[in-house]
Amino acid sequence: MSYNVNEKGYYGEFGGAYIPEMLYPNVEELRQNYLKIMAESSFKEEFDQLLKDYVGRPSPLYLAKRLSEKYNTNIYLKREDLNHTGAHKINNTIGQILVAKRLGKHRIIAETGAGQHGVATATVCALMGLECIVYMGEIDIARQAPNVARMKMLGAKVVPALSGSRTLKDATNEAIRDWINHPVDTHYIIGSAIGPHPYPDMVTRFQSVISEEIKWQLKEQLGRENPDYVVACIGGGSNAAGTYYHFLHEEAVQIIAVEAAGLGIDSGESAATSVLGKEGIIHGCKTLLMQTKDGQITEPYSISAGLDYPGVGPMHAHLSKTGRAEFMSITDADAMKAGLELCQLEGIIPAIETAHALAIFEYKKFKKDDLVVVSLSGRGDKDLNTYIDYFKL
Amino acid sequence: MNRIQQKLQENKKLLSIYFTAGYPNLNDTVSIIQNLEKSGVDMIEIGLPFSDPLADGPTIQASSTEALKNGMTTEILFNQLKDIRKTVDIPLIIMGYFNPMLQFGVEAFCKKCHELGIDGLIIPDLPVDVYKDDYQKTFEKYGLINVFLITPQTSNERIEFIDSISNGFIYMVSSSSVTGSQSGFGDNQNHYFERISNMDLKNPQIVGFGINNNATFNQATQYAKGAIIGSAFIKFLTNHSVGEINKFITSIR
Repeated sequence: MSYNVNEKGYYGEFGGAYIPEMLYPNVEELRQNYLKIMAESSFKEEFDQLLKDYVGRPSPLYLAKRLSEKYNTNIYLKREDLNHTGAHKINNTIGQILVAKRLGKHRIIAETGAGQHGVATATVCALMGLECIVYMGEIDIARQAPNVARMKMLGAKVVPALSGSRTLKDATNEAIRDWINHPVDTHYIIGSAIGPHPYPDMVTRFQSVISEEIKWQLKEQLGRENPDYVVACIGGGSNAAGTYYHFLHEEAVQIIAVEAAGLGIDSGESAATSVLGKEGIIHGCKTLLMQTKDGQITEPYSISAGLDYPGVGPMHAHLSKTGRAEFMSITDADAMKAGLELCQLEGIIPAIETAHALAIFEYKKFKKDDLVVVSLSGRGDKDLNTYIDYFKL
Repeated sequence: MNRIQQKLQENKKLLSIYFTAGYPNLNDTVSIIQNLEKSGVDMIEIGLPFSDPLADGPTIQASSTEALKNGMTTEILFNQLKDIRKTVDIPLIIMGYFNPMLQFGVEAFCKKCHELGIDGLIIPDLPVDVYKDDYQKTFEKYGLINVFLITPQTSNERIEFIDSISNGFIYMVSSSSVTGSQSGFGDNQNHYFERISNMDLKNPQIVGFGINNNATFNQATQYAKGAIIGSAFIKFLTNHSVGEINKFITSIR
């Protein structure tokens, strides 16, 4: 069984490019060029150099001793939170801005929910001196003020998405409309492993540096390349895709994907797409998504803005359907508790997205000698207000 | 012969109107269609509302949101249309995004359209190659014409491919934009209209996006077989009653 994308852009039955004809030339240009560009030695050199000197890679692989002790197993944290801008998102935006430059684009657009991808995009645009427009739901703009300010300081224009539910899903719609209206000079940097082919594959490849490093770091530290488990939280699924990538075909490595259950799977306020979703089309790809019986896309809920998305990347839909990955879902309450626990046991304040992945240790028992690698996808500074409100700090 | 094909043979420039089913009121569908036909419209696109209409601008998106709020569903639309062929003769096309059709079941959707007397479908996010590989046979089995879009960015090679698998008309998007975002046509559009007209395609072209009055209708149909109006008509419905539709249509031609 292959877990990689095929030449038509599908992972099993999921993926493809379900786009209006207006987008065809843009997406086709990218499809024909992305692998070629990524294979150029000058590209690789520039990408690696920026990841090292600008992002601060490799990110540490850290044995969380006290956390391991508490759960009686061996937990390693892949510290994506230590990257420049505070999350894994920058790996992808660095890669895509270099692709955009080689395609001769001088205007960059992006969508953002919590603002992390928007900040990562605004950052690389400032770095390269390119115009940057970030679409963000009107409601998200109100609740993520610090990230809006960051983007503005970095020179980006933040445009409120006023349509539909005025959150991430609608920001994505607005970004796609912008691309339709500017087909020649603009590149759209999608922030997750979602969208029409080749986006899920391209984003996954840029994020795959995470699992590439895990492999050699484990070899260096423990003399073995493969852990027993890799664990990551999933919204659209870019940090998860990068964390799994080099282990997808290593059968001995078990893959765990952690979705946001929100207030609970059956509460009507959830974002657990693998459980509540059904096959359909969202933002240009066939995948699992939360929708009404009539095929209207519904609004998910999670306390974490980064997991608050009604779909999941097509690769993850395939991993779920084939059983390659075990999907778990974690409620707001459990995630918040796990986030605080990491602060107190390891001195690390995680993003609330990441806290969902950390919460599985309360529910899944690992063996004493198991080696579990968890992607610590982002830091919690951006979530301070949510933590303050939740714990009445 | 399908009603669309018959209509395309008439020796006149065609006016096609798009409206969103369920807007302004849930049960306006039939009376809007009847009034449009009475006003002399040649063809109607019935919009099946979708929560996330990527190719549409604010006007059609807002009308879709409103229609969904009013309770419109695929099932309800089909029910509203059950006797439509007793009173309406002009070609009827359903325009909608692919996901609601996928959830209804593509074959079931096509069968239902056939039973109701729907003549064709426009599905902006169903790509040409997926249609050809997976759905063309089903559409043909139920006598439905699938209409594809081309834009100023579409290569001649791809236009020829689209022409080869079309059997009605080609929906020519006037500019690189979402619906409802243009005001008037410039030289770029004229060159594009002329370029396509000179390609001698087997399918006639009908221009959409950016047509909102007599001037743009005339300009679009100078080269093309007809023109489609959507957003401008939705705006009209926002401020006028269904009974006044005639006023809008007579202002166009």
